Amino acid sequence: MSVTAKGFDEKARGKFGRVGTTRVGRGELLRHPVYTRFLHWSVAIFFILSLLTGFAIYSPWLYLWITPLFGGGPRTRLLHPWFGLLFEVFFLLQFVNWFAPMAWTHTDSKFIRRLKEYATNNDNVEAEDTGFFNGGQKLYFWAIAISGLLFLITGILMWFDNVIPRWVVAISYIVHDVAALVMLGGFIIHIYEGTAHQPGTFRSMVDGTVTEKWAWTHHPAWYRAVTGRDPRASYEREKRRQADREQAIEEWEREQDRRDQTS
Amino acid sequence: MTNPRTFQIQEISAHPGPVPGQGTQRAVQVCKYIDVTTCIGCKACEVACVEWNDHPFRETTFDDTYQTMPSTEWNYWNLIKFAEDERDGNLMWLMRKDQCMHCEDPGCLRACPADGAIIKYENGIVDFQQDNCIGCGYCISGCPFDIPKFNEKTKKVYKCTLCSDRVGQGLEPACIKACPTGCLHFGTKEEMVQIAGLRAKQLQEHSGFASAGVYDPPSIGGTHVIYVLHDINNPERYGLPKAPVIPPSYTYWKWLAKPTGLAMAVLGVAAVFFHRVFYGPKLPQPEGPESRTGPSEEIEAGRKETP
Repeated sequence: MSVTAKGFDEKARGKFGRVGTTRVGRGELLRHPVYTRFLHWSVAIFFILSLLTGFAIYSPWLYLWITPLFGGGPRTRLLHPWFGLLFEVFFLLQFVNWFAPMAWTHTDSKFIRRLKEYATNNDNVEAEDTGFFNGGQKLYFWAIAISGLLFLITGILMWFDNVIPRWVVAISYIVHDVAALVMLGGFIIHIYEGTAHQPGTFRSMVDGTVTEKWAWTHHPAWYRAVTGRDPRASYEREKRRQADREQAIEEWEREQDRRDQTS
Repeated sequence: MTNPRTFQIQEISAHPGPVPGQGTQRAVQVCKYIDVTTCIGCKACEVACVEWNDHPFRETTFDDTYQTMPSTEWNYWNLIKFAEDERDGNLMWLMRKDQCMHCEDPGCLRACPADGAIIKYENGIVDFQQDNCIGCGYCISGCPFDIPKFNEKTKKVYKCTLCSDRVGQGLEPACIKACPTGCLHFGTKEEMVQIAGLRAKQLQEHSGFASAGVYDPPSIGGTHVIYVLHDINNPERYGLPKAPVIPPSYTYWKWLAKPTGLAMAVLGVAAVFFHRVFYGPKLPQPEGPESRTGPSEEIEAGRKETP
């Protein structure tokens, strides 16, 4: 990552941080600052718009469903490349923003090998060395980066298909579709993981915070880095705290029962 | 472009489901037959085309040939192509009337993503419906003959209609009517193939063109515009592809891989839904009521994530 890009990113974070703030409550950690959240949702909005306009043109089975949303076929065609271009712009900024934490490590390869255990909820606590992002998130990020590049190249070729040689357009057509399907697959999993599958995750992109419990469960190495505490120890401590609290509540209940009987 | 009552529609571009009226009427296959051996390059057909379709005059590009312009244009659908060739050490001038070939298996229609923008009638005419055209330009890359042309102003694509408006009223196309040498013919496909075959045979036997033949390329199921060429083995000499093909992007990919991809996406949504039903959520551990410890703080959000 070049120095200028990094500098720009730092500056943007600073500016956005002055405009918006993130409230971190008791037992919570800051996960995504305002600038990151802004980029994420900008990328998301233009991705969804590109997806809808693109899939209208992708399949005759969707054409009549989706084109009315954008004011008819010609307008859908007109808007799609611009939505795509804005997606590219915002993703480029996010790419710069997340380049460092998205670097692939040995841990991530281990994560991919244990994907089955992850997907079937057998590992309820992540491996000790899982950092800010896990292998799955990084895989999705790099899939978008590569797809994004392919979208941009083939998209421009197809945008001006009245002057580009016909076989170049015909090949771009397939590459654009494959990139879109790969991204759609990742997108479905991404939304599922961020909402229904892992409660407590969605708020990290809205409010910008997560609970400490969430952090040591899903990203132990990151928890260690920001709090300086051992994630395993914190987990055990929380377990003891819960057991003690339950015991205390039971004792209190027994106490109440005794009091009720004597009175 | 034409009165829909006149012709029965056989195929509609990007149309899910059946084509209304398909096969409900008897329709003869029409065909234009061009004998390039008797074309004198007078361009009367070009003028007739511009006149009948009321096209505005356009600037031409002079490229040191007798051609009116380098290629057909969105408002110039009929163009005589002049190719300088050689025969027995002498100059041989090949003149070929270039226009839409009205393929039996039209690449433009295969490529088109807009419902009803390209229509093929039972009689074989392939017609663009600009009202439904979204101007994506895929038809341009689908066409093996470089015929559909984009209009930057209207953002629509145009091409020869085989005068579907005239044919619908029982008239021959305008170009046919204008030809002074009789090198253009119009009739049923059966008839045209027959007389073209006779002409080719005549050229072989009496005029010394041993390899004369009929151009009706089977790689796209034949065309509704056929040629008699001096040399059928080298159609490239006239600027015609030997075996015109539609890119697989608009055939196998579009009709097989695309729906498969879509089905996989739907299955993917179903898969994550039922994953939640089968495996439940992944809760922060240990499960149980949240205990909030530590101080509450309001921090500046510009802080960098710690990777």
